[in-house]
Amino acid sequence: MSASRPTTRAGAVAASRTDYASSGQLKAEVRGLNFHYGQRHALKNVDLPIPERTVTALIGPSGCGKSTLLRCFNRMHDLYPGNRYEGEIILQPSGVNILSPSVDPMEMRLRTGMVFQKPNPFPKSVFENVAYGLRLRYVKKRSLLDEKVEAALRSAALWDEVKDRLHQSAFKLSGGQQQRLCVARALATDPEILLLDEPTSALDPIATSRIEDMVFTLKEQVTILMVTHNMEQAARVADFTAFMYLGELVERGTTSQFFQNPQNELTEKYLTGSFG
Amino acid sequence: MAEVTDLIRARKRQDQIFNIIGLVCTFVGILALAVLLFDLAMDGLPRINWQFLTSAPSRFAHKAGILSALVGSLCVMIVTMATAVPLGVAAAVYLEEYAPKNWFTTIIEINIANLAGVPSIIYGLMALGLLVYGLGLKRSILVGGLTLALLVLPIVIVATREALRAIPGVIREAAYAAGATKWQVVRYHLLPYSLGGIATGTIIAMSRAIGETAPLITIGALTYISFLPPSPFQAKPPFVNAQWLDSQFTVLPIQMFNWISRPTSDFHHNAAATGLVLIVFTLAMNAVAIYVRYRVRQKLKW
Repeated sequence: MSASRPTTRAGAVAASRTDYASSGQLKAEVRGLNFHYGQRHALKNVDLPIPERTVTALIGPSGCGKSTLLRCFNRMHDLYPGNRYEGEIILQPSGVNILSPSVDPMEMRLRTGMVFQKPNPFPKSVFENVAYGLRLRYVKKRSLLDEKVEAALRSAALWDEVKDRLHQSAFKLSGGQQQRLCVARALATDPEILLLDEPTSALDPIATSRIEDMVFTLKEQVTILMVTHNMEQAARVADFTAFMYLGELVERGTTSQFFQNPQNELTEKYLTGSFG
Repeated sequence: MAEVTDLIRARKRQDQIFNIIGLVCTFVGILALAVLLFDLAMDGLPRINWQFLTSAPSRFAHKAGILSALVGSLCVMIVTMATAVPLGVAAAVYLEEYAPKNWFTTIIEINIANLAGVPSIIYGLMALGLLVYGLGLKRSILVGGLTLALLVLPIVIVATREALRAIPGVIREAAYAAGATKWQVVRYHLLPYSLGGIATGTIIAMSRAIGETAPLITIGALTYISFLPPSPFQAKPPFVNAQWLDSQFTVLPIQMFNWISRPTSDFHHNAAATGLVLIVFTLAMNAVAIYVRYRVRQKLKW
């Protein structure tokens, strides 16, 4: 599997989007990752570089392991018994291996933000939802809370819609607004990596396009890793796209090269809809 | 096509037959309660007045009242609730959120399920043997409350576990993904969101406990009590005391049992009146439980 090797024939568009030839700009790097759910070997020898301040999309058919890979980054698998990691995910610039048993899963969750498939706001006010991560860090100063919450809501393109009802229940927002609220909740603590697990799968096309616009802007602030079931979405918002199949990472490249000129036969078949 | 309409007609008939059977079965229960209430009300209602509620028992039926039993029930309920709720909620949180899935946890779970099926008189014997003879406690409100707390513990545990399970996994994951510890998830999410379920379970447990007679008889609550427990308040600092816990007591169902076992019908009217008071208590508590559940369901739609 040579898919993870940075290719030199990146298209002009992709090259202008991100200069990723310089490896010093990697935010994280997955190396030889294997993951087991009990007996099930769910990720097989995955390698994947994640350049800083870019969007990397993971695509592939259901059950291919893309969500499993995403959830390794904040050690969500540690919540359930019987899961096992092998290999490493190196976080830059510190060079820490996220998967090392000596790294507290809590630390990785504090340093990353995650947004789930379905909007899952807490049954609290809009403000308290966004402030949640700050409260976990014992931020008490009102002015700082206000400032951070507003900044996060602005980044999630939600501020104008909710600024007059910050103290109403988050459940009163629409589905799309709830999902952007979840993004704001993840952003309020300035995460190093934002993990999006099919963030638009429960949303209508308009709400979806708002999230996509938001993701496109957000990559200036934060490195984004996004799982999507939607190839067009990857093509629209991602700088890099990786295709996974049966737990293996088949191919990874700049989005334009990946879609226009896939190197692997499997990738091409998937992109043309022959299976998946 | 005639066959199809015949088929539909036959199936609709089946539907109707079951509908009627179901209705009859439902009415058996409702009717029984109605007859019971009516009978109690006929006998007891004339007896319920201020004098009845504020007098101690007496050997004259018309002078007797349920004050000491009422206060006794109240005091025992306070002890029961203060013990069963923290123990039950903590046990439920442990079992749902902390306990590893292994044989030891399974044994605990089976034991809790069995605890709910133990006859209540056994709890009374246990209280007598362990608390009174073993630990040397008096036959007091404290012992009565602790006994009933053990009796209703499984109810609180099961209700709390159900409430915790009703909280979607994605909410837990959202909190953990933000970096919360297990305790923070329990404290700021799971407990607040399951409060409605816990409250309902607690009230149902209390309405079970308030009607219990057997386990209290073994610890000597079947007795003539014409005094009230000492007041928990005092003039000297710290202004409160716990002497009432050590007081002898009786409770409403025992007072009722006491009166019903006498030969004269005057006392039977007293017993019926006591029964009415007890039922009103229970129904009121159930009503509160239903209201709490309704309010919480309105607020938390997952």
